[in-house]
Amino acid sequence: MGFEAYDYEDGKRDWGSFGLPREGTLAQTPSAAEVARRDVPTCTLGDDLGEVSERVRNAGWDTCFVVTDERVVLGRLGRRALAGNEDGTVESVMSEGPSTVRPSIGIDALIQRMDERHLTTFPVTTPDGKLFGLVIRTDAEKALASG
Amino acid sequence: MAKGIGRSEVQRLVAEKDAQLVEVLPAPEYEQEHLPGAINIPLKELNRETALQLDRTRPVIVYCHDYQ
Repeated sequence: MGFEAYDYEDGKRDWGSFGLPREGTLAQTPSAAEVARRDVPTCTLGDDLGEVSERVRNAGWDTCFVVTDERVVLGRLGRRALAGNEDGTVESVMSEGPSTVRPSIGIDALIQRMDERHLTTFPVTTPDGKLFGLVIRTDAEKALASG
Repeated sequence: MAKGIGRSEVQRLVAEKDAQLVEVLPAPEYEQEHLPGAINIPLKELNRETALQLDRTRPVIVYCHDYQ
């Protein structure tokens, strides 16, 4: 009798890029998957900006990601968009296509990227563009210090 | 011939059928990072003898770094 055999064709690169658990020496270094805040607020293109702003503020956040029903990232609302004129829809004020990283990126590399771009947060998405979470620089620094 | 599968199917086979994960990359790459519970049988060492450590009653999923 032979084996019931399968080939995971996309391999461990695919596995890591979706933020799934891993083992080994590199797994000792925290990755974006481990420090990303998964509860970052989201909204959709047609949402009322005033309602979204209020919901985001009440949740203690100053940013919100604009996503599709499948959580594919379309854009981002920053502090200015959320604090400005609250008439209209999200679509009219969002910043399109924010730069993102994969969940598998090491925290040290991510902090370096934040330094280069003068950023305090970095969105994390899976290869299919779905929102994984948001890494906040102070969280990343704490994880690196304790890792 | 092994059947090609994706990530979701890997998760399902491991959870439901206790599938065995086998990384076929060289040992140093396996030691750096591998899927949880995976064992290492480098492709160059994969033969009848090394396959004896596998349980024939459970599915086997082989993988490397990516589709290449």
